[in-house]
Amino acid sequence: MTKLVPTGSQTVGPYLHVGLTWLTTQDIAGTAGGRRIRVTGKLVDGDGAVVPDAIVEVWQANPMGKYAHPEDKQDKPLDDAFKGWGRCPTDKDGMFEFTTLKPGPVPGPGNSLQAPHLAITIFMRGQLKHLYTRMYFADEAENANDPVLNLVEDRARRDTLIAKKDGEGRYRWDIVLQGKNETVFLDC
Amino acid sequence: MVDVVGYRREIPGTQPAHLFPDYKSTVKRAPGKPLIQIPHTLTEVTGPLFGHNKLGPNDADLTKQCAGAPIGERMILSGRVLDGDGKPVPNTLVELWQCNSAGKYHHPVDTHDAPVDPNFTGAGRALTNDKGEYRFVTIRPGEYPWGNHYNAWRPAHIHLSLFGPSYLTRLVTQMYFPGDPLLPLDPIFNCIPDEAARNRLICNFDIETTIPQTALGYKFDIVLRGRAATPMVD
Ligand SMILES: [Fe+2]
Repeated sequence: MTKLVPTGSQTVGPYLHVGLTWLTTQDIAGTAGGRRIRVTGKLVDGDGAVVPDAIVEVWQANPMGKYAHPEDKQDKPLDDAFKGWGRCPTDKDGMFEFTTLKPGPVPGPGNSLQAPHLAITIFMRGQLKHLYTRMYFADEAENANDPVLNLVEDRARRDTLIAKKDGEGRYRWDIVLQGKNETVFLDC
Repeated sequence: MVDVVGYRREIPGTQPAHLFPDYKSTVKRAPGKPLIQIPHTLTEVTGPLFGHNKLGPNDADLTKQCAGAPIGERMILSGRVLDGDGKPVPNTLVELWQCNSAGKYHHPVDTHDAPVDPNFTGAGRALTNDKGEYRFVTIRPGEYPWGNHYNAWRPAHIHLSLFGPSYLTRLVTQMYFPGDPLLPLDPIFNCIPDEAARNRLICNFDIETTIPQTALGYKFDIVLRGRAATPMVD
């Protein structure tokens, strides 16, 4: 079969809000049942300057560890009210925030289990293709065995993927585009 | 154990690098450290799916979203969304944004001294049909200046955002017009090293979809990332 070359990526540019904010979804939990968590973060560039013109997207499993998608064939319950997707433009201070349900662990390669995580996509002016990363939760013992976290050999760098607990049901996760505390970005 | 069929990796030269100094904003925003390659898991091969419930009646017709008709040359933009094997991607969301015919965005940070068109939002969205086809009615966008370098002008372009079936098929791109003299000078267009891949960002004029007395037709097919192998069908 003929293989086609995927269309080239281009930056969203500075006017991304025109096309993308109609679908802003900071409340991922919606009407689904379960305890809410709040994830807050700041996005900064290579100079430590806040990035006020980015969009952060989230993809995640439900609290049972199941994705609302036909390729997830696990025998686990789905809640129609929980789709697991969010989108948030950063504000003038580079901040983004989501309210959601904490995802459950999902299967990884082989017989491994992945610790609960959010799959993150980041778009902004100055990025010709979007960035992929993940956010894990500091209060999950399974992080130690996570097959993706363990690909990051440098312990300090690995920690850039882990949100800190910041009060009951609250997590803080900053994204640093460059420099000493640069967030680990993934080649997916 | 869950078997997952992954997606093909990037073909060198056909996508931009993160850092491309000719486009100055990449210098402080591109990652400085190498990316960590990860295997494709259930997380990556799934992704959000959107239905018709998200769309309003005039979302795909940017000439009918306001009280009056926008100024400029009407055009029909249509095409197919295909996967890496050339198969249509049905029921997938396409988001579109662009400036008006004078080269001005409906956006507070656009300081270009050109008129806002009160009858043009510049935003649209559509869902592909069961043959992977999408169609927008819009106004041909103008060129506009930007601050990247001395006398820098963006070629006329339309921004497009797609989801496809998974987290890995997400794509944001820009579509350009044939014969635009600004294309060889534009660092964003030229960030894609492979000439054939770069030129696939240019749409084609199409007389078949041109509507007599009404609007020129342009065709633009979009290819999403392909599968490493065919997933098992139940
Ligand atoms: Fe633009």
